[in-house]
Amino acid sequence: VTVLIHHCILYKKAEVEETLKRIQGQKGVQGIIIVNAEGIPIKTTLDNSSTVQYAGLIHQLVMKARSTVRDIDPQNDLTFLRVRSKKNEIMIAPDKDYFLIVIQNPSD
Amino acid sequence: IGGHPNDILPLTLTSATQELFGCRCDEDVTGDNPYKILRKEDIVQDMRMRAAVSDFSPMKQLVLDYPEDELLLVYDRDFIYGSSFYLVLTADAKERHLKVIEVALEREPSEVFATQKTSEPQPWISLGSEQEIEEESLNCLSFILLSPPPSQLKYRISRVRREFGAPIFFSDRNAMETKDGFIECTPYQDKNFSLKQMERHTGVQTIPNLKSSSTQTQWTYPRSMCTQYEPREFSEEKKENCLQSEKLKNFVNSVASRFEMAIQQNEIMDVFFDDWKALSEEDSGYGRKADPHLKEYQSFTDLHFSKEKTISNINWHPTINGVIAVAVTERLSFEDRINGSTKLLLNPSLILFWSFSDPINPQLLLECPDDVFSFEFCPSDPNIIVGGCMNGQVVLWDISTHVEQLQGTRTSGGKNIANETPVVRYCAVSGIENGHKAPITDIQWLPGTFEVSRMGVPMENKNGICVQIVTCAPDCCVMFWDIRAPRVLQTMADQRKQKVEEKPLENPHGVPNTFKHLDLTWKPLIRVSLPKIDTSGEYSPLKISLRDNTCDNHTGKVAPEYALLRVPSAKQLKPLEDICTRLYAGTEDGELVYTDWKLEKDNDSGRLFSAKPSHRFIIHDGQVNTVRRSPFFKDIILTVGGWTFAIWKEGVTNGPIIQSSCSQKKCTVGYWSQSRPAVLFIGKEDGNIDVWDLLEKTHEPSQTQNITATQITCIKPWIVSCALPLILTAQTDLEPGYVANAAAAGSLYLFIVRFRKFCINLIHFLFVVQTAKQHLLAVSDHLGTLHILEIPWTLRSPSSNEKLSMSKYFEKEVDRLVYFEKRREMRAKEKKDYEAEELRKKTVRYSI
Repeated sequence: VTVLIHHCILYKKAEVEETLKRIQGQKGVQGIIIVNAEGIPIKTTLDNSSTVQYAGLIHQLVMKARSTVRDIDPQNDLTFLRVRSKKNEIMIAPDKDYFLIVIQNPSD
Repeated sequence: IGGHPNDILPLTLTSATQELFGCRCDEDVTGDNPYKILRKEDIVQDMRMRAAVSDFSPMKQLVLDYPEDELLLVYDRDFIYGSSFYLVLTADAKERHLKVIEVALEREPSEVFATQKTSEPQPWISLGSEQEIEEESLNCLSFILLSPPPSQLKYRISRVRREFGAPIFFSDRNAMETKDGFIECTPYQDKNFSLKQMERHTGVQTIPNLKSSSTQTQWTYPRSMCTQYEPREFSEEKKENCLQSEKLKNFVNSVASRFEMAIQQNEIMDVFFDDWKALSEEDSGYGRKADPHLKEYQSFTDLHFSKEKTISNINWHPTINGVIAVAVTERLSFEDRINGSTKLLLNPSLILFWSFSDPINPQLLLECPDDVFSFEFCPSDPNIIVGGCMNGQVVLWDISTHVEQLQGTRTSGGKNIANETPVVRYCAVSGIENGHKAPITDIQWLPGTFEVSRMGVPMENKNGICVQIVTCAPDCCVMFWDIRAPRVLQTMADQRKQKVEEKPLENPHGVPNTFKHLDLTWKPLIRVSLPKIDTSGEYSPLKISLRDNTCDNHTGKVAPEYALLRVPSAKQLKPLEDICTRLYAGTEDGELVYTDWKLEKDNDSGRLFSAKPSHRFIIHDGQVNTVRRSPFFKDIILTVGGWTFAIWKEGVTNGPIIQSSCSQKKCTVGYWSQSRPAVLFIGKEDGNIDVWDLLEKTHEPSQTQNITATQITCIKPWIVSCALPLILTAQTDLEPGYVANAAAAGSLYLFIVRFRKFCINLIHFLFVVQTAKQHLLAVSDHLGTLHILEIPWTLRSPSSNEKLSMSKYFEKEVDRLVYFEKRREMRAKEKKDYEAEELRKKTVRYSI
């Protein structure tokens, strides 16, 4: 049973920094990476080697997931991808030009 | 409009002719019915009557030649041939045309279904074929027998009279079974029909020499791979540009809400957490979970070798399951030793090897120059054992020749024929002047990942095996030893001379030559002293503990020739930065000293000396007999001494993070549990073992169990994995068919057949190997008996998150210490302020 919280966030055109800070401030968030469409990281809160690794691997995964969704129904598109592993959860929101990757450790 | 076929002739008929012949256009002849038969006589008469005016006059001859009586006139409505009529000139064409008429007339749809008639059996009409067959067979017969065809023989077969009317028994007989059950006509290749072409008619042409060849590159399966030399990255300003762009802002704003929802979902509840599975924390192991006591598994005493003696140290063999070594020493006080020293010299001290398969006789004896208080197996090569003696000497044994026997006893169990337990003499011993001046109480191998130079600086270890040893003794020294030969500069001449001299020396005791280069000349590499911090004098260490330093060095598994190894020069090796060079030493006075083993050079005299220890804690009321690190936490140390034990965290200098209350009896030894981070075992002087579970209770032991009547001298837990094989077989024997085949083909084939059968049989064998892990605790007592106890399920299986809970607990304790320290300072300051206040008040009062 998942209880959803409906959030009314009144945000104006907030700056990128503020939004990212807000996400980073949530409990358990380990890192945030913004990657462009080619897989090159633009902004990150992790160290360089991890960033590059995440960017490369996740870019491929998102491409695959997106093509899967679109093959099944060409009018559909991928909006959000969550990869849950034993130790943490990786959340990816793809877009035409960028994607945002957030890594969270949910248990503690 | 051009040509017309030869057998028709287009002509035009005037209306008078049409009337005369009855073929008026669209009246007598129409598009649907264009044909009109005209009589030849009529045409001839018309031609005679009207001569040139007749329409038929141009074809007068043709008409007269026409064979039949009637001609066909066709009305060509569409002027296909250029005129309104045409006359058919030949009989065939006429037939054709008429046929067309008939077909056209018959154009009614006639739906006639052809009924399927089942054929009825007709009587056999003999056309004479059976006679042919009969003749043929007779001819055949005569051909085979080369005689004229015989007349047919007639046979009449009847039954014996008595069997008339008797019941008939039918049976089946397999034609294959009996030899002549059937006659078959096997096909064979008739040579008459294999023709060999003797002549051939072909054309021949000379051509230039042609040679065709081809190559094909190896087609490997294409696989999508990616390689990356360096990740593509944007420069700083490009990143800045991107960050400032509108698109990114919009994107981030639009996706942020998704993330927040997802993150909070995770926070509220973990949807993947399996409550059901988590309930079953204690799954029943092997049915014995209720009983928390240590069970006696086996005990070893040797009447011959360990009478009147005590066990000072125990060590499990690292690789061979079920083999354990104990060092037996004399149970005498110093006075008695001196008095009975002559007797002692005749009875050498021993290290006994026990095996589980034989509780009465030890498997191997190691001879020592003097009583050994501590010994260790080399981690990288379990055949090398180092021991520290009572007289301060360091001893090395090599048991590689007896390893087979040790291993053999486990599986065969009691099959040794040898009545005499083999004795192995030490193969190298350090020089007496150079070693310690007091009994060596602790000896350890340095891990094979690094080695220590003459200055104490850790360097990379190119050999990958353990080559250095640390010892300590109450003569206030910690020494580092190297088992390799010291680097000695030799000239070529010396080397050659030495080679000649090195004849095979007699080996009266059968001692292996592994460490011949060290024997009697062995000197320590480094001598670290422990000067007292505040006063003069030195600390006398009894036990030491080094941080378990590992770094990425490949470990070579092959035991090299130790005699060929040389201590390398410090310049050749790379110093390692991240090795911790500090050690903890527990002293005779109950103190714990934290010092660095690196030596410093005194600038004036050039001598190497050790720095003063950084910390020293007075903690125990008696000698410290155990300093041990937890196998789960690298920086947690247990010290046992006097009536208490204490747990320390490396880096916390305020004091022990946990200290136990004083117990009734002295604690003689302590050890961490190998499988549970929160459990430790303390041995007492009354023969009890206290099991402390720090997550359960910290003010008293969780359980106490009496093992023996005298004090416990050593505890060592170990995890043994044993295999229980289970074999199921299936029996098959050779079938007769195989034998028949074998006999036909010869004996080699028979062998092959048998082997194949054997292989097939093997498939029916099922090996089920269960590797059960037994957790054993080896406990030795003052009387020289070695007890092996089995650790029950409750004490050996960690609860979930035990390590996490323990680390949290330790953190809490550290916080407590820090808090206490702060409070102490605060209180001291408060007190000072209060006193100053009082003083001021007093002076104020007096001044008034």
